Amino acid sequence: MAYSRKVVEKFENTLNNPEAFKVGKFDPKETNVGTGMVGAPACGDVMKLQIKCEAKGNTHVIKDVKFKTYGCGSAIASSSELVEMLIGKTLEEAKAIKNIEIVNALELPPIKIHCSVLAEDSIKQAIEDYEAKQ
Amino acid sequence: MSTQSTIYLDYASTTPVDPRVATKMMEFLTPEGEFGNPASRSHRFGWKADEAVEEARSHVANLVNCDPREIVWTSGATEADNLAIKGVARFYKSKGNHIITSKIEHKAVLDPCRQLEREGFEVTYLDPDEGGIISPEAVESAMKDTTILVSIMHINNELGTVNDLVKIGNICRKNDAFFHVDAAQSTGKTKIDLENIPVDLMSFSAHKTYGPKGIGALYVRRKPRVRLEALIHGGGHERGMRSGTLATHQIVGMGEAFRLAQEEMKNDHSKVSAFHEKFLEKVKEIDHVYINGDINNKVPNILNVSFNFVEGESLIMGLKDIAVSSGSACTSASLEPSYVLRALGRKDELAHSSIRFSFGRFTSDEDVNNTLDILGNVVDRLRELSPLWEMHLDGIDLDTVEWSTH
Repeated sequence: MAYSRKVVEKFENTLNNPEAFKVGKFDPKETNVGTGMVGAPACGDVMKLQIKCEAKGNTHVIKDVKFKTYGCGSAIASSSELVEMLIGKTLEEAKAIKNIEIVNALELPPIKIHCSVLAEDSIKQAIEDYEAKQ
Repeated sequence: MSTQSTIYLDYASTTPVDPRVATKMMEFLTPEGEFGNPASRSHRFGWKADEAVEEARSHVANLVNCDPREIVWTSGATEADNLAIKGVARFYKSKGNHIITSKIEHKAVLDPCRQLEREGFEVTYLDPDEGGIISPEAVESAMKDTTILVSIMHINNELGTVNDLVKIGNICRKNDAFFHVDAAQSTGKTKIDLENIPVDLMSFSAHKTYGPKGIGALYVRRKPRVRLEALIHGGGHERGMRSGTLATHQIVGMGEAFRLAQEEMKNDHSKVSAFHEKFLEKVKEIDHVYINGDINNKVPNILNVSFNFVEGESLIMGLKDIAVSSGSACTSASLEPSYVLRALGRKDELAHSSIRFSFGRFTSDEDVNNTLDILGNVVDRLRELSPLWEMHLDGIDLDTVEWSTH
């Protein structure tokens, strides 16, 4: 199956320059860190997403993000695409992100849409974890 | 995308046509060439084409040591498998309705078996052992009074593992069942001596052995005689077993490719054996690598490796200038990982992490060296990206984690 050029570019850039593309981890115990991990090895993809936030007015803003993804090229590209959307967003804005935005940005084919769904789930879970700590 | 710099290590999927084969094929197409219909009996155009077809039939028969009259041309190994399985089952259905095959057969065997189940036949799908071998004992214990056909592949296309045709064939003889073998991966890789092994039907493909796509053959034993119900009717070509005008150029291509396979088998074998050894040695230097398939019972041209904590398709994308194939789900239309690797009892995540490297006649030392130079590095970088690798390094047993399956 041929990938879109956007998936290939995003995947390769992330692989070749992991730090710039926010590959890594925060200490999950820190109170200003929220962690989400979704998927399963047996299904062929696992995404771990961490957000570092700070309070601003009566909401919280995502200051930094780290992620790691095990999965096919479009799973890795989807995580990386999501991560780029997150920085500077309030939690409300981040919650409103829909998988279709990732699908459109990367021109994912129908069989790869589950990658974008997984990415959406990962930010929802990370926010839940963060909010539970506050 | 340019294919100029791409290294081809997917010979088990298909091979390029040997230039000597292509040259020969071109003599059978144009007005200056022998373009006649081999079935035309009334002029020299037909006679010449027929001569070429029969010469090609002899080349195929020579490679596998059978009578040329036992070779039936088909459009490929898929059609040969269909003709053997459906043809025998439907012809002998008054004798019994039970068929034995294995879970690691090619789809060209499994799908006809599924079709026969819909027609009322009963099919037993044997599990391989953990090395990917079908044990003769398993075949024996699956035998019933109603068993009419056993279909077990010679060399598995994903693993390169080799089944014991003599032992399985003897069990079939003893139980009065026909034995069909899919040998698409075998020709030119290992010696086949049909005169001396108890096989009744064998499927061949040209394009896995440096011949063209779109042509194959089915061996149908004459003594003891095997009969089939044809799948394609219309003129009674190939002694009624497969109608349709013979594709002279394709057939000549397959004949020439199999003639060359005989000549080159030793060279090809020693070449790929050296690559296999080198590959194995280097790959084993990477942590958490598993070789799939019994290493002591396989052909050297195929090497199937799982790189734990890395998903196979992302590895293929990372190895962007190297053409290999993956047992992982994502390259195919389904999201299931390789059914062959699952049948070995490999955990799903190892099945998702597998890559098949296959070497051939036109693979160079440089191809292998360049691949090995890149491979370790890409695996390292993907593990750097992998939460599973991180958890593994943190000492977490992944089997104890509760995953949110989707």
